[in-house]
Amino acid sequence: MNLRRVRAIARKEIIQVWRDPRSLMIVLLMPLMQMALLGYGVNLDIKHVPICVFDREGSQQSQSLMKAFQASPYFQIVEADRDYEAVKRAIDGGRCKMAVVVPPDFSQDLAATNSASVQTILDATDDNTANIARGYAQAVVETFSNDVQTQRLQSMGQQQPNPPAVAEYRVWFNEDLESRDFVIPGIVAMVLALVGAQLTSLTISREWERGTMEVLVSTPVTRMELMAGKILPYFFIGMLDAALCLTIAVFWFEAPFRGAVLTLFVTTSLFLVVVLGVGYFISASIRSQVGASQIALLVTMLPTTLLSGFAFPIDQMPPPVQAVTYLVHSRYYVTILKAIFLKGSGLSDLVWPIAALAAYALVVGILASRAFRKTLG
Amino acid sequence: MFGRIYNLVLKEFLQMRRDTYARFRLTVPPLIQMIIFGYAATFEVFNVSTTVLDLDHSQESRELVSRFASNGRFRIVSIAQNPDEVRAAIDRSEATVAIVIQAGFAEELRKGQSAPAQIIVDGTNSNTALIALGYVDEIVSTYAQEVGQDLARRLYAGQPPPPQVSIEPRPWYNPDYNSRWFFVPGVIATLTLVMVVNLTSFAVVREREVGTLEQIMVTPIRPLEFILGKTIPFFCVGLALTALVAGAGTLWFQIPFVGNPFVLLLGTSLYLLSVLGIGLLISTVCSTQQQAFATNFFVINPLFTLSGFSFPISSMPAFMQWLSIINPMTYYLVVIRGTFLKGVGLAVLWPQMSALAALGVALLAMSVLRFRKSLD
Repeated sequence: MNLRRVRAIARKEIIQVWRDPRSLMIVLLMPLMQMALLGYGVNLDIKHVPICVFDREGSQQSQSLMKAFQASPYFQIVEADRDYEAVKRAIDGGRCKMAVVVPPDFSQDLAATNSASVQTILDATDDNTANIARGYAQAVVETFSNDVQTQRLQSMGQQQPNPPAVAEYRVWFNEDLESRDFVIPGIVAMVLALVGAQLTSLTISREWERGTMEVLVSTPVTRMELMAGKILPYFFIGMLDAALCLTIAVFWFEAPFRGAVLTLFVTTSLFLVVVLGVGYFISASIRSQVGASQIALLVTMLPTTLLSGFAFPIDQMPPPVQAVTYLVHSRYYVTILKAIFLKGSGLSDLVWPIAALAAYALVVGILASRAFRKTLG
Repeated sequence: MFGRIYNLVLKEFLQMRRDTYARFRLTVPPLIQMIIFGYAATFEVFNVSTTVLDLDHSQESRELVSRFASNGRFRIVSIAQNPDEVRAAIDRSEATVAIVIQAGFAEELRKGQSAPAQIIVDGTNSNTALIALGYVDEIVSTYAQEVGQDLARRLYAGQPPPPQVSIEPRPWYNPDYNSRWFFVPGVIATLTLVMVVNLTSFAVVREREVGTLEQIMVTPIRPLEFILGKTIPFFCVGLALTALVAGAGTLWFQIPFVGNPFVLLLGTSLYLLSVLGIGLLISTVCSTQQQAFATNFFVINPLFTLSGFSFPISSMPAFMQWLSIINPMTYYLVVIRGTFLKGVGLAVLWPQMSALAALGVALLAMSVLRFRKSLD
């Protein structure tokens, strides 16, 4: 590898990028836009679940139960229905995710047999929302039940027995269980994967478009040198983009950052090399080897979201699918970012994912440098 | 006009028939993705790795731990000897949940005093943590209730039990809260988006690169005719691919289909129109395949991430909810999940259907206009 030739290619690329302010703008604005879109849109918190209520009794007690649901920040009563047909329509149409139905003999039952039940109809097509909403509803009804107990005992002039608290819960690393805190690092990984693909895809495309490919092919530059020279300038732009995304993540979306900047710098540069390499591979092979580029496309596009552990926990997947996730580059970076952000892990804790990324970079580098054919055919 | 469109359609089909490798390329990867993503996309939580530190060694503490062990949602991976080991297990992600029972737990419980055991949950993945907490709460509150009833029996012997209000959950459409039922239709919608946008945008851009587009431009064909001539064959291919992926996914994962297949067919056709429109629009903006690839990546990811596939739209801020109005996948997800699981028909789905139709027409019209410009 001749460093002089690498430098020449890199210099040419920089001049080209510099003289094309429009594409430079795109390259810097795009990650901003994607961070904003995904940062605001990706949210697993389940609050304000739209519910409807069907009070078949209308007693004072049933009304106060309804008030308890109304007061909960997790629910939002959007309609009160008068028959089961209306409840069914509301759930079928997706206007409500849950319906609370109080039976007609609710307070009578409670007075006579000391036990009564409230029906909650859940739209379980979205099993996750339904499951979590059920938990919230359970909590609302439990509190209500305790209040009824206290009132009863007080009216009988008895002291309330100590509530048998058996356990207390502590949540570590993400005390408020904000999904944002764990989703934002994943979004940074996703945006960087997008940006990397965008950056390098333009470099080869431009040569074809402007007709400079012929000139490039006729120079003595080797495939290795060409790749290094083309990736280098975009590496710096990519690092700028990464800094931008991470700044937005920490200061705008207020994701807690507990690690060291150096760890972040080392791992991010490594990931960027991988991402740029994949982008280069796809754009170099897209004309000559449709199959190879399609496979690379498949490995990057959806798996970045679905198989990286960004949203769906990898340890819950069946073992063969877990094996597939090792092929997804963002899997390692998502692991690294989450660890640095939430747990404050250092380089020594992250040896394995870093080694995996380095190996990935090596393989992608070899494949990508070979993908470019010095032919015009 | 129809003659020219017919000829273009014929040409596309001929081209596809001769490209034998394309058949493999178009069918096999989506099928593999269907299976992999079908398994990967789940929020269900099983076998939560749990570590236990029992300093009480009493019957009560063992009883509480055994309820976790036998619940099926938790898997006890280690028994810690001291608090440091608990911390280390959670720090290294070896355990997501830790149960810590201090000495004196049973004694306080018998006296009717609060005897809190500590349950520590790693909140790094907030959703898993939230669901795990739900299961923890179920186990603990059942146990607390039994202890409380025991206590009440001893303290207020002969009196009626304290009043109790319970909840009776009725999960409709998916009685076992099966995550696959929710996600497999979503994966079908996603794969359709990816397949069809890639297929159309690349096909047109490739023609531009190879130079056959110029040949078409010198013929008397008009932009509308060109777009229709491209839309019709790709619509047929897209429909066939969707049917293939949907059939395979439904059979493999045994997803119930309770709705009317014709409603789904109508919804899928309208969705395909919008998706084709996106692909064609991209192809009018890009001049090389590399650009098309980057643009597809740029467009598809937000469309899919913000569609309600996994992140509920109702949890998004208001302006993001407004943005989802122009996302065809949002509507199609309602249609495909509605027909598969709820069995609802046009009476419920008409707003989504009309939105898809409007989006499809608008996108195709935009690509006709853009194409006219790029002819200059």
